[in-house]
Amino acid sequence: MRTTRLIWQGVIYASLSCGIATAPLYASGKGDQSSGLTPYFSKAESKTATPSKEGFIGRWLMLEPIDKPNRSNTVFNDSYLKETFNTEYFPGQMTAWPKAGQKVKVGNQTLKWHSLDSKLFNVKLFRFATGLEKQYYGVLFWVVTAIDCEEEIPDVRMSVGSNSASMWWLNGEEAVLLSGDRRMVMDDCTSKRLTLKKGRNIIRGAIINGPGMSDFCLRFLHEDGTPVTNFTISNE
Amino acid sequence: MKPNRHIYFPAAMMLLSAATMSAQTGEPYIHDPSTIMKCDGKYYTFGTGGGGLISDDGYHWHGGGVRPGRGAAPDVVKIGDRYLVAYSATGGGLGGGHSGKVLTMWNKTLDPNSPDFEYSEPIEVAYSEDNEDCDAIDPGLLLDPTTGRLWCSYGTYFGFIRLVELDPATGARKEGNEAINIAIDCEATDLLYRNGWYYLLGTHGTCCDGPNSTYNIVVGRSKNIEGPYLDNMGRDMLEGGGKMVASSGNRRTGAGHFGRYIEDDGVEKMSLHFEADFDRGGRSVLAVLPLLWKNDWPVAGDPFVEDTYEIESERRGYGLELAVDFIRMQGGLHRFWEPQKEPIEPLKDQTLEEVIDTWPSGNIDVRIGDYMFRPHQKWTVTAVPDAGGYLGAPYYKITIEGTDRALAATADKEVTTVEHFTGSDEQLWRIEQLIDGTYRIMPKATPGCDEELALVSVADSTPSLGKFDFSSDNSKWNFRKR
Repeated sequence: MRTTRLIWQGVIYASLSCGIATAPLYASGKGDQSSGLTPYFSKAESKTATPSKEGFIGRWLMLEPIDKPNRSNTVFNDSYLKETFNTEYFPGQMTAWPKAGQKVKVGNQTLKWHSLDSKLFNVKLFRFATGLEKQYYGVLFWVVTAIDCEEEIPDVRMSVGSNSASMWWLNGEEAVLLSGDRRMVMDDCTSKRLTLKKGRNIIRGAIINGPGMSDFCLRFLHEDGTPVTNFTISNE
Repeated sequence: MKPNRHIYFPAAMMLLSAATMSAQTGEPYIHDPSTIMKCDGKYYTFGTGGGGLISDDGYHWHGGGVRPGRGAAPDVVKIGDRYLVAYSATGGGLGGGHSGKVLTMWNKTLDPNSPDFEYSEPIEVAYSEDNEDCDAIDPGLLLDPTTGRLWCSYGTYFGFIRLVELDPATGARKEGNEAINIAIDCEATDLLYRNGWYYLLGTHGTCCDGPNSTYNIVVGRSKNIEGPYLDNMGRDMLEGGGKMVASSGNRRTGAGHFGRYIEDDGVEKMSLHFEADFDRGGRSVLAVLPLLWKNDWPVAGDPFVEDTYEIESERRGYGLELAVDFIRMQGGLHRFWEPQKEPIEPLKDQTLEEVIDTWPSGNIDVRIGDYMFRPHQKWTVTAVPDAGGYLGAPYYKITIEGTDRALAATADKEVTTVEHFTGSDEQLWRIEQLIDGTYRIMPKATPGCDEELALVSVADSTPSLGKFDFSSDNSKWNFRKR
């Protein structure tokens, strides 16, 4: 029974596991938090980063997961997501530029921003949460990064895969919504044609997940499908 | 969300008890149509007995083509900026003599209204005598794209199909060339080259018997223009071999006289006649069908059938759908890990009435997603006969089943749906089956854009408009009934 997203998952496990506890909402490991991130992330220490040769953006400022309970991902239809992603959880959510280590208050939670480089083409949000011994199911992740272009780059598309649903903004404008109970697939959804302006472009993303793995990958594609790589990435 | 979206039941749809398919319109009456040529934006084909058909768009046909010499089964090839027309003077037909002549003549244009329209004097390039095992009629022309050499096949059931070489500069028989026998048991042959193979297409079966005509088009292939032409079973066409390409069906009998038309990379069509179109009182008509290639064998595709489909992206296999809330079905969830004791009750499909009030008014974007046979994923494709056409078919509207909500191209080269079909060009779609059996879908026009664009998948789940590229599954779609 490897499927993790069935609406009946909890019932099945309860029925089949004969009293074995279902997975906890928090990682149970102890010790140095950063060591839990090591297989998947490194601290973003250089001034700038570059995209991978496939164009994937690996450097992100990531907020510790916001508590957003959902026992199933099947509720992630368009209406639910638009309402959820357009809700303000913390001041400056869509405008402020966070700093690594900065804390924000979300309800009763105090959550910290982390500046990280993913070691993979994708960004493992689940491992980000478990690595920090944070809540990893029933969560809402906020991420932000900036890319700097030496010249304007027209007619590109933001290309995203996410697990589960997500919404992405470029320079404050909604670019792409990935709805439903999604698995992360590279180039799953793209935005309409966009222009990356000369100078700084801000990308914000919100990813919601109930149970199961959570991650995302993001890059920009030219009209001919080739990746955009002529920019740098900064979390400063 | 604006409630009370009305369900749409067009009268025409109510009358259709079964799926329908398009045929050439106008007055497409012809026998033995020559390979279709495009000349100055118009389409031309010539037939047995002189004259020919003209079409502005490739779908609506009318008479008016001019080919002197009468005779049987002409063919045309464009060489440089001139058209070479081959035709034959028959010696008497089925019950008559078998002396015949194949002649060629040139014209700078096929448009009889052009000041440049003037046929050169015909040149005899082959002949047969009465008692010879050949009927020198029904020529087919091939300008070999690999060598630049010009070939002509000719003949009927009465003896051999023969091959001669012509001079592409003059249209005359190549000096010293001897005719070669390459097939028997067919007539109205044509030649083509593709992927290292030469193909000989011939018409088999009984000609000229209206609704009872068993005429059909068969093929053999060879690595050498001079043969041997073998069928898929290895039989030589000199021994009667031939693999079926096109035959009777769809209320039309007597498929004959193949012609190939390359529309674009991966988009090929074949012209032919059906000797009896049952919907036109049994008259002989021009037909244009998709030309498919399976394992390097040509086969006629079917005319597109108006119906309701999943429009499946070849990229990942997801279906085109409205970007609306997925409405979960209630009931039908069972504890499959436990014994089931309750009686089985079939589930009902989700209906349009159950979901349409959750859809917003105005334009709704489209995306591509898991096909679940839900109302927002079912597209009804209907011909719009008065909206013009393209080679072989009319434009179509593509609407959500039971509604007037129509797929439309947008000024930013994306796709959306409009709440009501108005017939404007960006809501009309050109649907063509590709050589691999998938489909190309193109808007008649994209607002503010002169480019020819096609519906493409720019991501697994995102459709858009882009340049058609046969080498990419992004450009390909399937119409599936499931």
